[in-house]
Amino acid sequence: MSNLKEANSTPNAEQPGGDELSTGAAPLPDSTGAYLRASWVRIKGGETGVLPVVAGLLLVSILFQIANRDFLTAGNLVNLLVQAAVFSLLAMGEVFALLLGEIDLSSGFVAGVSAVIMAELAQPTVGWPWWAAILTALVATAAIGVVQGSLITRIGLPSFVVTLAGLLFWEGVMLYILGNGGAILIQDNTINDIGSANLTKAVGWVVMLVIVAIYGAQTWRRDARRRDAALLAPPPSLTIAKITFALLAGAGLVLLCNADRGVLVPVYGVPWVILLVFAVLALWTFVLGRLKFGRYVYAIGGNAEAARRAGINLTRIRTTAFMLCSLTAGIAGVVYASRLRSISTSLDGGTLVLYSVAAAVIGGTSLFGGRGKAMHGVIGGVVIAAIDNGMGLLGFSAAAKYIVTALVLLIAVTIDAVARRNRPEGT
Amino acid sequence: MTAITEGTGPASPADDEELPLLRLRGVSKHFGPVNALTEVDLDIRAGQVTALAGDNGAGKSVMIKTISGIHPPDGGKMWWGGKPMRVHSPGEAATLGIETVYQDLALCDNLDIVQNMFLGRERMHRGQLDEESMENAARETLTSLAVTTVRSVRQPVASLSGGQRQSVAIAKAVLWNSKLVIMDEPTAALGVAQTAMVLALVRRLADRGHAVMLVSHNMNDVFEVADRIAVLRLGRMVAERPAAEMDRQIVVDLMTTGVSTRVAQPRPSAE
Repeated sequence: MSNLKEANSTPNAEQPGGDELSTGAAPLPDSTGAYLRASWVRIKGGETGVLPVVAGLLLVSILFQIANRDFLTAGNLVNLLVQAAVFSLLAMGEVFALLLGEIDLSSGFVAGVSAVIMAELAQPTVGWPWWAAILTALVATAAIGVVQGSLITRIGLPSFVVTLAGLLFWEGVMLYILGNGGAILIQDNTINDIGSANLTKAVGWVVMLVIVAIYGAQTWRRDARRRDAALLAPPPSLTIAKITFALLAGAGLVLLCNADRGVLVPVYGVPWVILLVFAVLALWTFVLGRLKFGRYVYAIGGNAEAARRAGINLTRIRTTAFMLCSLTAGIAGVVYASRLRSISTSLDGGTLVLYSVAAAVIGGTSLFGGRGKAMHGVIGGVVIAAIDNGMGLLGFSAAAKYIVTALVLLIAVTIDAVARRNRPEGT
Repeated sequence: MTAITEGTGPASPADDEELPLLRLRGVSKHFGPVNALTEVDLDIRAGQVTALAGDNGAGKSVMIKTISGIHPPDGGKMWWGGKPMRVHSPGEAATLGIETVYQDLALCDNLDIVQNMFLGRERMHRGQLDEESMENAARETLTSLAVTTVRSVRQPVASLSGGQRQSVAIAKAVLWNSKLVIMDEPTAALGVAQTAMVLALVRRLADRGHAVMLVSHNMNDVFEVADRIAVLRLGRMVAERPAAEMDRQIVVDLMTTGVSTRVAQPRPSAE
């Protein structure tokens, strides 16, 4: 290790021009301590990542647990995660729009349209198989995203207005399809299982181990590649620590889910819907972090003119982002209907979309574009579900829940603003 | 300048010296009734800093945009490395090796240095972004330009000083084997130390063999780094001479009146 440092610091010493303002390039850290110190410098510099919201979530959990001992029981925590699924999915979709510096107000009722299409097609009188019904619903929502995205990017209309119109329009479409009955029951077992079935205990463990193994292999390969390329990379010990942490977290989650949480009959196992949220999270994290498309979404959100000069096709990237936003909302709609085993006019797409924007922002995504992650949507969704759940346990009314959610939203934005003030020249 | 092809040189008068990298003869550009450029002649040589001076509205920006493909000329001819050149888009200009650093730098504040330098031209590895290769290339380029003041190439551009941002924008232009780097007022928003840093970088670019076209109306900057000075006035090229044959007053006279009766004082060499 000390050889590596030696080899890397030598060229710096030879560089010409060291006379002017030069502090020298930072030498590569040669130890865990140095890497952690570099990370700490970044955090202090305002690149806090998800730390504030995770801390906030812990704080909220402790407060609720003090007030009501039922909050941190296995059963309630798993329920909370399931309740969070719809918020998290909608918020992950919203992140695509927010990253561009745009907004999608329609996604709540786009989810409703998705649910209605799926429920309608899966009715015994229509008789489509479950997968065809879901696929059609998702294709339809993706198409909605393309239409709205095209209006925004090709004609240049503000996304706020287009998706506000979308909010009204798709609510109308949903009500129209629901018709006089006002509700469609879902009798297809597979569709209902999405929202309410659980893996068996053994399968839960196997799935968790497979996921951690994939994550571990990816993380190890990436960190090793960076070390080989002599770039700033976590030392092997820290990589192993990361993988171990993922394994422990996974094991904890499976243990939590495998505990009996039934009231009358035993209920246990990892809910399918948690797996679904993880799958969508992994997919969108990959798309945003590892593909050109994702890079361009960030670039457009940061400086659209610079992106245009770099030869990026703004129209295509923006439209695709709106498509992915609506598609994710479509997935949320499938989960929503599946949990209720029906879809009715009671779906409040307006509140859902506002919650999803709040969730994304609480998670750490900027409303001004260019900063955000799919993960923010998931964590923000969990925070909102935790407030809803915890206050419900304490017997508070809906009124109080709204007020507290609003305060948490404001606190989250304030923490973000204060943290970013530490940046030398911030956006 | 090894890329010159023998015998294909332009049949232009006074072609008595080494072929320039870029040669403009009689280039004109008008927007409706407004003549932005009129019969402009200019030579830009590799390994030299050519300063383009001129008052506001003299046509400096149009000149940049004409060369970089944003506004193709209406008349006149351009040669690139001795061959007739036609560019109709910034992409075509980039393919030839012409990169422009605009005054606003066109950087994404939320992206880090590596991401900015490779924006739009990312390297891929098995369908995914090849971060390692890009990071190494970015670091090598910055090191070769002696830009050593940045803490990490992975820090967001928002956290850089004005001079560092300018350096990143210049390094971004150099990354692509560019032969000509056009810079629009690179020091306009910088303090004294930062200006010195950027001017030193401009000089190094030329010393590495790049042709540099520096647009500026800061006479200090111009005389600090320029080998040749071209002066535009109302869309016409009123003078194009070695910097050593000019002084501040001559350039200001040329910029404002188009002529100068002053005879250049033999100046001590710029460096």
